[in-house]
Amino acid sequence: MLHTILTLILVTPLIGALIAGLFGRQIGRSGAHFVAIIGVAISTLLSAYIFNMFVLNSTEAYNASLYTWLVSDGIRFEIGFMIDQLSATMMLVVTFVSLMVHIYTVGYMDHDEDYDHNDPYYQRFFSYISLFTFSMLSLVMANNFLQLFFGWEAVGLVSYLLIGFYMKRESAIQANLKAFLVNRVGDLGFILGIAVIFVYFNTMDYNEFFGQLAANKDVMIEVIPGVEWSMITLMLILLFIGAMGKSAQMPLHVWLPESMEGPTPISALIHAATMVTAGVFLIARLSPAFELSETALSVVLIVGALTAFLMGLVGLIQTDIKRVVAYSTLSQLGYMIAAMGASAYAAGMFHVLTHAFFKALLFLAAGSVIIAMHHKQEMSDMGGLKKYMPITYVAMLVGSLALIGFPGFSGFFSKDSILLSLNEAERFGSSFSYVLLMAGVFITAFYSFRMFFLVFHGEESEYVKTHQIKESPWVVTVPLILLAIPAALMGLPMIEPMLNGTYFGDSIYVEPANDVMLAVYTNYFHGAIDFVVHSLLTLPVILALSGVFLAWLLYVKLPTMPAKLKKMCPRGFYVLDSAYGFDRFNDIVFVDGTRKLGHFFSRVVDTKIIDVGMVTNTFTAVANSAKALRQTQTGFLYHYAFVMILGLLVMLVWTLW
Amino acid sequence: MLTSFPILSTLIWLPILGGLLVLFAGRNNDSAAKWLSLITVGLTFILSIPLWIGFDNSTASMQFVEHIAWIPMFNINYHLGVDGLSMPLVLLTTFTQVLVVASAWDVIKDRVEQYMGAFLIMGGIMVGVFVALDSILFYVFWEALLIPMFIVIGKWGGPRRVYATLKFFLYTFLGSVFMLVSFLYMYSQSGSFSILDFQAMPLGMTAQILIFLAFLAAFAVKIPMFPVHTWLPDAHVEAPTAGSVVLAAIMLKMGGYGFVRFSLPITPDASMTLDWLIIVLSLIAIVYIGMVALAQNDMKKLVAYSSISHMGFVTLGMFLVYDIVQSTGSMQGAQLGMEGAMVQMISHGFISGAMFLAIGVLYDRMHTREISAYSGVVNKMPWFVLFAVIFSMANVGLPGTSGFVGEFMVILSAFKANLWYGTFAALTLVIGAAYTLWMVKRVFFGPVTNENVEQLQDLNKREFAIMATLAVAIIALGVFPSPLIEVMHTSVGQLLVQATTSKL
Repeated sequence: MLHTILTLILVTPLIGALIAGLFGRQIGRSGAHFVAIIGVAISTLLSAYIFNMFVLNSTEAYNASLYTWLVSDGIRFEIGFMIDQLSATMMLVVTFVSLMVHIYTVGYMDHDEDYDHNDPYYQRFFSYISLFTFSMLSLVMANNFLQLFFGWEAVGLVSYLLIGFYMKRESAIQANLKAFLVNRVGDLGFILGIAVIFVYFNTMDYNEFFGQLAANKDVMIEVIPGVEWSMITLMLILLFIGAMGKSAQMPLHVWLPESMEGPTPISALIHAATMVTAGVFLIARLSPAFELSETALSVVLIVGALTAFLMGLVGLIQTDIKRVVAYSTLSQLGYMIAAMGASAYAAGMFHVLTHAFFKALLFLAAGSVIIAMHHKQEMSDMGGLKKYMPITYVAMLVGSLALIGFPGFSGFFSKDSILLSLNEAERFGSSFSYVLLMAGVFITAFYSFRMFFLVFHGEESEYVKTHQIKESPWVVTVPLILLAIPAALMGLPMIEPMLNGTYFGDSIYVEPANDVMLAVYTNYFHGAIDFVVHSLLTLPVILALSGVFLAWLLYVKLPTMPAKLKKMCPRGFYVLDSAYGFDRFNDIVFVDGTRKLGHFFSRVVDTKIIDVGMVTNTFTAVANSAKALRQTQTGFLYHYAFVMILGLLVMLVWTLW
Repeated sequence: MLTSFPILSTLIWLPILGGLLVLFAGRNNDSAAKWLSLITVGLTFILSIPLWIGFDNSTASMQFVEHIAWIPMFNINYHLGVDGLSMPLVLLTTFTQVLVVASAWDVIKDRVEQYMGAFLIMGGIMVGVFVALDSILFYVFWEALLIPMFIVIGKWGGPRRVYATLKFFLYTFLGSVFMLVSFLYMYSQSGSFSILDFQAMPLGMTAQILIFLAFLAAFAVKIPMFPVHTWLPDAHVEAPTAGSVVLAAIMLKMGGYGFVRFSLPITPDASMTLDWLIIVLSLIAIVYIGMVALAQNDMKKLVAYSSISHMGFVTLGMFLVYDIVQSTGSMQGAQLGMEGAMVQMISHGFISGAMFLAIGVLYDRMHTREISAYSGVVNKMPWFVLFAVIFSMANVGLPGTSGFVGEFMVILSAFKANLWYGTFAALTLVIGAAYTLWMVKRVFFGPVTNENVEQLQDLNKREFAIMATLAVAIIALGVFPSPLIEVMHTSVGQLLVQATTSKL
């Protein structure tokens, strides 16, 4: 029974995707969105059932195989399910946000100037997002590394297809190529991590892997002769490289800002709420392994904290509404990853959950603004939209308050539990990271409300004055409302079980000595309401509020100031505007470098040296010597007779000598 | 009933006789030539299915054996049989033949009966290569194959076809001569030309090394391995579409098959001594050739180089066993690599065939393979691009496609042999994606920038059927490779035992 339900959860979105994709023309637009939405809705309802069963009623983890992909060398490569609190939670989040995005898409993709109406782009889009839901579910439901990698790559594929959805735009197809390749660099690490698991654990199955961890924890690998590394650390860092690709951590973050070339609904679903959190999920899933390596955790912690801080800074100067939200996503992903590095897995996952809702909300609200603005995305074209779009305004406000961690909103609880846990942590890099993340709170508040004020408050721009701006249709606003509710409220009931570890139960493992969240729980927590009240005078809230205040000061009160500030420190602006030069560096070193090397190999080594040098010259040499030999075939009898006699003479001399 | 029916002979001679019939009956009657060809390859494919159904997975010995004395004076026999290594390749051949005939249907206008006849004869010969158990018979098939291919490229090929055919012919011919010499030497030692006897006979180290190198010359050229690969891109560029398909999907596999049928079991000690050579050349193929592919401007050349790069996984997977035994003391992990190599051969048959057919579809319409001549094909041919993207993703090795299975298995196994082997091999994840998807971007996506692309028509029913068949095969093998692995499992196990049992 349970097995059937799980299979249905996984398969219904796939069926929807196949019907909408392959028969899109026949069933038409409404047919396509109908089957896709029904498929995901079934999946969502059943996921809610599973959530109720495993999280609310803490059923024992369920682990079963669906089918055997192949067996080789005695190792079973399988497709199966491992359902526990962690995966059940992710399943509900994925399906719910996906359902909202499906409904929203009906309104958002209704008209598109990039396509003529003959093209079934609308059906294709639904097919892709349903396919994505299937892929993401197979990732989170996996009970083994093979399937994890399947899901991992499949979400990457759909992301590639959707970033490049506007196939005629050079910028879009450039962005999706880049996204795929950068992710592949991460996957290179990932697959080598899986290879380490194969070599030292002889299994792909999570549970068998966990079972052998203790026995393998002191194994060393000789990386190069004379240099030995801890096998577990190497494996975890390799897997983390995969996580860095998918969850856009520096320096593999470069693809995410450009992924905004895709339509906004998928920016919300894939590039904010779900796919990009796969790396965080991976670490949480492997918490029993990560707990064994302080080194790996420190790496995770520092990478996360740097991403959170530096990417937040870049968000300060973005002018495109989607780019602000994108950099904010990068920064928030940094918070989640940093939490993982501090062994506060539950806090990081908590932030994944709240972020999924408030960030999807922010993106969809931004999309609603974009619809109203007739697909203009520059914030300088906006301003004063509040009175035209009341629902979107409130949605954006709720999302922003949750994002900056305003007391009582969902993001407050998750972010505060990360910060408090980090404060308790004693790992290498933890104080450094704590400072970065704390500064990040101020930055987050500032860029969020900078966007908020620029879009909804202040002077109306020329464009707003001259065009008719109206609130989006109900298919757009209803998902906003449905997402705003959890974005505002979900933190309060969840904070206690998150901190004391009962929420995720056995699905996340923390060494007692590393359990910073439990320390936070015992030291600071006296009920959720009390937690809110006490936070009011703490540093994070003060920083957040001052960020909002500064944004208000600069963008509402003194709107001429930002330009002056920009003039005052052009260098700083340049550094942020070029996003620290990662793109430029990659272009010069990796893109051009590889291309030039390829040309050199092709034109010089392959053509000149091997083909002409070795092959053609050999043939020519053969041909020439044949030509020389041909001279002996003169056809004159006396020549042959002469040679014969000469030969006889030589032989005679030889034998008689 | 099935055991007494000479099914392997049928698979060899039915297409050959069919081909001859087409040559005569199809003269001045294109439609008869086409239908006769289609019936022949269709029937051959259907008749090859019992091979799979009736196959006994539990034994490594030869099945469906036929044995008739051919030249008794030299103990040369007409000896046929299949095991888990060759059976999938036979099916790949008969399957591909159907697509080959279908692909040429409306495209070839000039001397249809000769074109079809050549391919049919080629099909029978290729089956012969995979099922021959007598080395002389094998050699005859091996060399005979060059003739129809030579004719196909030379007659229906591109502007530089003479250069390409000559290069192709001389290269492969030169390689195989050494193989023949080895056969003769082993006959002189054992009094038999049977491949199975060769596998069982003891051989000294010097002899093994020389034989191994002679085999290497033959097989490395066919696969092709770096640095004897330069004939392949030229041959592909000049060959008509179906020629490229056969070349990439099947003929290259003959090299890989040679390693598992000859090199590893006949010269195990030499294989152990020289495995580093194969591994290094394989890694060069994967990384260096991948980089070369990146620099190509001609789609066919790009896919040709990509073929070489992917075949690197085949040779890599086959020679990992020695390092694994050396570094871990057991064979655990080697089977994964060997089976990965075998799966990679089948998968590459589908994928490279599909890629060349896709390029052929474009070439038939635009008469150019220059990447820069295209842009935004998707706007005019959405169904075609759907398939082309599936094939490209398979070429990239995306999980869920057949391209992933073999690469994944070989990377894991290579990592077990030596973590740097695994790391270098895994670089294909990035390089393969780069050259494939960059081409996808330039050819399929983007705005329509020229008049000719504007005129493109989407797939017709015939092309759709071909593409869809391959797409289904690629995805089916990617999602559920287990049946294929089970077929080869026992034979691979025995091969590994042979490869690690010293003959000295």
